[in-house]
Amino acid sequence: MAAGEGDLKLLGLLVSPFVVRVRMALSMKGVSYEYIEQDIFNKGELLVRYNPVHKKVPVLIHNGKPVCESLAILEYIDDIWGTTGNSVLPADPYERAIARFWANYIDDKMFPSWIGLLKAETEEEKAEKVNQTLAVLMHLEDAFALCSNGKAFFGGDSVGYLDLALGSNLFWFEALRELFGVAFIDEGRTPLLASWAERFGEAAAVKEMVPSVDKALEHAKKFRAFFAAAAAK
Amino acid sequence: MAPTDQQLVLLDFWVSPFGQRVRIALAEKNLPYEYVEEDLLAGKSDRLLSSNPIHKKIPVLLHGDKPVNESLIILQYLDEAFPDAPSLLPSDPYARAQARFWADYVDKKVYDCGSRLWKLKGEPQQQARAEMVEILRTLEGELGEKEFFGGEHGFGFVDAALAPFSAWFPSYERFGEFKVAEVAPGIAAWVERVGKRDSVAKSLYAPDKVYDFIGVLKKKYGIE
Repeated sequence: MAAGEGDLKLLGLLVSPFVVRVRMALSMKGVSYEYIEQDIFNKGELLVRYNPVHKKVPVLIHNGKPVCESLAILEYIDDIWGTTGNSVLPADPYERAIARFWANYIDDKMFPSWIGLLKAETEEEKAEKVNQTLAVLMHLEDAFALCSNGKAFFGGDSVGYLDLALGSNLFWFEALRELFGVAFIDEGRTPLLASWAERFGEAAAVKEMVPSVDKALEHAKKFRAFFAAAAAK
Repeated sequence: MAPTDQQLVLLDFWVSPFGQRVRIALAEKNLPYEYVEEDLLAGKSDRLLSSNPIHKKIPVLLHGDKPVNESLIILQYLDEAFPDAPSLLPSDPYARAQARFWADYVDKKVYDCGSRLWKLKGEPQQQARAEMVEILRTLEGELGEKEFFGGEHGFGFVDAALAPFSAWFPSYERFGEFKVAEVAPGIAAWVERVGKRDSVAKSLYAPDKVYDFIGVLKKKYGIE
C-alpha cells in the first residue's frame, strides 16, 4: 500500500462530471480506492451520513473521514499525494489563483447552463440555455489561450486541475449534441478548445474514467423525468 | 522584482462582506496595501472592468499589475504568495479540505438567503427566515466548542469568510424577526469573539450602517 493511501472510498455517480474529475485525479496519482455508486434519486444512508450538509456526490472517504465538494477534493488529493505523479494544481501562486477562478467559473456558470438545458421545458428556455452555454465557452476559449501559454493543456504540458474541471464535462457535450443538435465545442467557434478536447480525450490517465455517451443519455432521461415530477409537485 | 516587493491594491466597496474578507486577511498578515473605493452605486471604473471583465465585481486584488478575483481565491492567493506571513488555511490536508468546504458553504448560503430576507415578503420571506435559521444552526454545529472555526489553527479561513456577515446579522434579525442569540447562541458568542479581533473591528462597519445601506438598495430596486 502506497504511503498515505490508507482506506479510501469514493461515493459517486458514474455520469457526474464532479465525480469523473475526482476519479481522473486519483487515476493520475495511481491511487486505488473502493468505488461505491450512489442512487441520487433515492439517496442512501451512506451518502446522508458522509455528506449530511449537501447529500451530494462525490464524497471521498479517507480513513473514515469524508471530504466533500469536488474542487476541495482535487486540492486534497494534491496535498496528500503531492509527491506522486504530476501535480494537479500548478506550482505558482498566481497560476493557482487563475486556475481556481476558472474552475469556479465552470462550476458556477457553465454547469448550471447546460443542466438548465436538460431541465428546459419550452423551446424558448432551451434556446436561452444554449446561448448561455455557448457564451460561457467563448470565455473559456480565451482562458485556454491565457492559461496554456502555447502548451497542450490548461495546466501546461500535462493534464491539470483546470483540464479536469472542464474535461470532466466533455462527454456530456457529446450527449447534448445528440439530444439537441448543438456542438458546444466546435472547430469554428472554439478552435483552441476543440483541439484541446481531442488531446484531453487521448490522455492516458483520464481516458478510462470517461463514461460512454450512452450512459449519459440514459441518465439524462431519468434526470428529466425526476425533475419534471419534482416540478409538478 | 520579488512578488513580496510588488504593490498590493484592493478595489473594493465599503460595505461589501466579500471585500471585507480581503481587508481582514491583509490585516491578519500585516500586509500594506492601497485601498481603492469603487463607487458601485454610481457605476464601475475602467480599472475594475478591465481587471475583472468576466464578473465585473469587487473585490479585486491587484498584485503589481496582475488581478486576482473572487474573495476566497484572493485569500488563498495571499496565503501562498506571502508564505512568511501568518496563514489563514491550516497546514493539515484534511483540515484544509474542511476549511474549504465550510467557506464554500458560507459562500453558497449566507448572502443569498440574507438577500431574500430583505427583498421578499410573506411566504417567501418566511421560507428565507427558516433557511437562515437552518444555516446558522448548521454553522453552530460545525463550530462546536471551538473558539474559532479554525480550531487548533486559531482564527482562520472560515472565520475570515464568515466574520463580515456578522455586521449583517442584526439586519437579518430585523427582517426575519428572530435573534441569532436564541436560534444559534454558539454563533452569537463567536460573533462577539471575532468582533474583538483587531483585523475584524477595523474592517467592518457598524450594523446600523449596513441596515441603512440595505434601505438604499431597497429604494434602488423599488422594494417596499
